[in-house]
Amino acid sequence: MTKPLSGPEVARQIGEQSPDAVTGFDETAIFVHSEALLEVARFLKESLEFDYLTSITAVDYFEYFELVYHLTSIKNNYSLVLKTRCAKGEIPQVPSVVSLWQGADFQERDVYDLMGIAFDGHPNLKRLFMWQGFQGHPLRKDFSGGAQD
Amino acid sequence: MALKTEPLVINMGPQHPSTHGVFRMRLVLDGEVIVDMEPIFGYLHRGIEKLAESKTYLQNIPFTDRLDYLASMSNNLAYVLAVEKLAQIPVPERAEYLRVIMVELMRISSHLIAVGSLLNDMGAFFTPLLYMFREREKIMDLFEMVCGQRLTYNYMRFGGVSHDIPEEFIPALKRFIDAMPGFIDEYDQLLAENEILLARTKGIGVLPADKAINASVSGPVLRGSGVKWDIRRADPYSIYDRFDFEIPTGTTGDIYDRYRVRIEEMR
Repeated sequence: MTKPLSGPEVARQIGEQSPDAVTGFDETAIFVHSEALLEVARFLKESLEFDYLTSITAVDYFEYFELVYHLTSIKNNYSLVLKTRCAKGEIPQVPSVVSLWQGADFQERDVYDLMGIAFDGHPNLKRLFMWQGFQGHPLRKDFSGGAQD
Repeated sequence: MALKTEPLVINMGPQHPSTHGVFRMRLVLDGEVIVDMEPIFGYLHRGIEKLAESKTYLQNIPFTDRLDYLASMSNNLAYVLAVEKLAQIPVPERAEYLRVIMVELMRISSHLIAVGSLLNDMGAFFTPLLYMFREREKIMDLFEMVCGQRLTYNYMRFGGVSHDIPEEFIPALKRFIDAMPGFIDEYDQLLAENEILLARTKGIGVLPADKAINASVSGPVLRGSGVKWDIRRADPYSIYDRFDFEIPTGTTGDIYDRYRVRIEEMR
């Protein structure tokens, strides 16, 4: 079985490297500041051998967006959930992790397209499914939709 | 005087919906070699995720059939497993076995189409594909027996499946299981050493293991690159921890390896 790594233990290890990065944790997930995301992700990949990015998804909460990264280590068969929040502003922004995992390329474009979160440092940040010139981001809760929009 | 050359950009697709999903590739060619490619998606994006927000959990099951209509059972299962996990719904043992039977038949059926279409695209026009359709037909007959549908099954339910299997299912399944290895041998005789197949797949489209992992590739493609990773073994869901099975892998990660992995996974 893929073993979930202990959230508190990973949070402690990250804390030794980057004291201000972690904002919280639970049993299987850690929460980090979005500014520290790339630094934490690099630590997870290089020191804890999270070689495989299973998925990136985003959740639209009332106060903020939350990005959820599911990470797996194929080498060691363990997993971890990494979460970060970004404020709802003109264009919400978080660092891209494409430089670490190529698999993030389409996933970040997916989130950018449908949830409207920009990934700083992405090599080709274009909509993935909707066409250029499409207005709005369909998976946001305030998206009104409809052909006439 | 050296001849001045420059790369040629061409659009491949969008393809017709009845081929491989509507999809366009922007290719950069240097002579006959593709040196760069940008995939362009979205022609068939149906917004199922958005639709699902306004439906009940149960109403969403038929949508999952349509995520990949060659693997409807598997998508049914992935969705009901997620809802069962959220709502902590137990599943009776008999239903667990039925689910595994159906998704493994689905795997064979999907691999048949994958391999048949590959050969089709390489110029073995329709003969191999029709051989494989012959066997896939038997699987579709089995599915029709259990749920009345041949493509979009809507078979899984939270806590089980929609119908128990009818009496004639097990004998028909046994006939299929007895016959299938012979058919795979037949494909192998026709194809495994075929000069054209080898020339067009060996050493082509090589995806090394480290790149495959870094690119989040999964399933037979990842295994084709030599990574012994099968989620049924690495992190078993349903009752997969009760079964012993081989995990075939490739060595070089070329098209031929991905083809072999699919052939071996059907055995």
